[in-house]
Amino acid sequence: MAENPSGDLRLVQLSKQFADFTACHPLDLTIPQGSFFALLGPSGCGKTTTLRMIAGLEEPTGGSIFIGDTDITHTKAYRRNVNTVFQSYALFPHMTIIENVAFGLKRRGDKEAMKKAQEALDLVELGHRAKQKPNQLSGGMQQRVALARALVNRPDVLLLDEPLGALDLKLRRQMQIELKRIQLDVGITFVHVTHDQEEAMTMADEVAVMNAGRLEQVGTPTELYDHPASTFVANFLGQSNLLTSRIVGDAGEGLLDVDCHGYPIRIAAAHVPAGVRDVFVGVRPEKLRIGHTGANQLTGTITDDSFTGVSTHYLVQLPWGFEVTVVQPNDGSPRAKVGEKVDISWDPGSEFVLDARQDEDAGLLDEEIRHG
Amino acid sequence: MANMAVAVGGTPAPAARPTRRNWVPYALLLPGLLWLAVFYAAPMFTLGSQSLQEGNVYDGYVLTGNVGIYPEALSEYWPHLLRSLGYAASATIAGLVLAYPLAYYMAQKAGRWKNIMLILVIAPFFTSFLIRTLAWRIILSDGGVVSDIVHTTGLINLLDIMGLTQGGTLLNSKFAVMAGLTYNFLPFMILPLYAALERLDPRLMEAARDLYASGWETFRHVIFPLSLPGVVAGTLLTFIPATGDYINSRLLGNTQTVMIGQVIDSLFLRVLDFPKAAALSFILLVMIVTLVGIYVRRAGTEELV
Repeated sequence: MAENPSGDLRLVQLSKQFADFTACHPLDLTIPQGSFFALLGPSGCGKTTTLRMIAGLEEPTGGSIFIGDTDITHTKAYRRNVNTVFQSYALFPHMTIIENVAFGLKRRGDKEAMKKAQEALDLVELGHRAKQKPNQLSGGMQQRVALARALVNRPDVLLLDEPLGALDLKLRRQMQIELKRIQLDVGITFVHVTHDQEEAMTMADEVAVMNAGRLEQVGTPTELYDHPASTFVANFLGQSNLLTSRIVGDAGEGLLDVDCHGYPIRIAAAHVPAGVRDVFVGVRPEKLRIGHTGANQLTGTITDDSFTGVSTHYLVQLPWGFEVTVVQPNDGSPRAKVGEKVDISWDPGSEFVLDARQDEDAGLLDEEIRHG
Repeated sequence: MANMAVAVGGTPAPAARPTRRNWVPYALLLPGLLWLAVFYAAPMFTLGSQSLQEGNVYDGYVLTGNVGIYPEALSEYWPHLLRSLGYAASATIAGLVLAYPLAYYMAQKAGRWKNIMLILVIAPFFTSFLIRTLAWRIILSDGGVVSDIVHTTGLINLLDIMGLTQGGTLLNSKFAVMAGLTYNFLPFMILPLYAALERLDPRLMEAARDLYASGWETFRHVIFPLSLPGVVAGTLLTFIPATGDYINSRLLGNTQTVMIGQVIDSLFLRVLDFPKAAALSFILLVMIVTLVGIYVRRAGTEELV
């Protein structure tokens, strides 16, 4: 009977219009059952609105939401088998920790609510705090209570709204690992909203990048990083050197000849957008090397270097004034000095290619926008 | 003082600072304490001693320690005491039912209308209590709009059956007294409820909805418990003054609706039976304090307030 027998979460042409602005343009998205999925984007990109629509806390303007074959678009929030871990945790201050965790089970009339709640608390290693009130716990502990309170209901989908945002860096790393472990344990679909690209990449099986109410790209972290589909994704996920270039001919063996400000380079033909001649050739800083070990070579002057321990980051100014970032691993190779003229090189195929008819600074923070 | 502070603290501290710090709080307390001593403690003491005096205004009163006046006053006026508590409780419950949705709306939903609504709630205070209560005589008078409505809808029959009105008239009835009390103390119910509900984090309601709680369950398990401090404050601010009120029952009631405040008032100013009036005042005081004590304890708000 079912065309979609699994419990995949599907958003079909889902949109949200507020009085004066569009939070979400119609978007289509399928989130496989049991996956750890991240919705990534800068603040105001519509990711939280999307999450709230899935939770039922926001009424969509258009489109539908399905879990498996069931249309839950207009199902009331309290009837959806979906639970949320809120950014602010939203623990009930007048209840004890265990009462908080048992809340959902009790509303559904579960006879073993307290027992299950205790088990859930043990899972997040807070069993011994059951009788305390939320304000007696640290932020990290409250976060784990919020997680237990949502997970204990065994929802079809667990929504996490920047759940680690309020934690300090060390605790955040710890919780990332913890969350991933728990997700693998319980096998519930996790939809994780975050603006932290590193968090999304390390935790998620699949990432959807959102910008200004639209989906930019959906893919695994490696796909997004190695083959971003837009300058926004290229800049928002990691660092990118975007070289303005023009495709001039076929070099055979799956390669294309490209003119980069008068310098000949070659790129792999496989990932070039169809019918485009003016392109950005994107090379990640760690794929560029100092010295001429790669087939593509450019010459430039080092204008800045910073040593981070594992690697050295160089800013290299190319002849036409554009500065690229090069990351040299600390593998014993000789280090270059500021002012030194160096060759930089890379192999064809380690780049990605984007249509040049878009804003090359999309996805950058204001202070990151390079000039020249 | 300074030596003590050093001894207790265990560390040598400059003598001047702790000494000065120590008397500042008392100095700040002094004006208030003086005021209370002169206008609260002293009159209470006088009232207490008056209740134990015997005599009359012409020959003067003598302190005889006549504690028998208390059971005497109680046996004579217990119906008025009970009636007062009943009316006040009714007005408090009616006030709570009326005020809660309004306060909730103002605190959580009114947005930019919030301040205007708050001013409207406080607006009646710009007119005298007496005049507002007198206005209710006109509002409830025969042939008025309210009277017409209860007659055409047949509500008046219900009120008659319940014994709240008699003979189809709204005025000079139990109903009128309770309505007057409810009206007059409503702002005292609304404001604390508003303050409590204003602090309520709307995200907690979302969390409740997310955790399978329907609207009613969210109210029962999250909104109401968290607004309890406001409920307790509002009901106390309504119940206590309403119990001792003597304006509403005089202006809107009849001889069957006399409240204890009215009795004390006339014993003091008309009958001139000062000892009995004083004794009744103390009986009322003790009853209210006892009831409030039980109530606050039951509500379990010690840690919330």
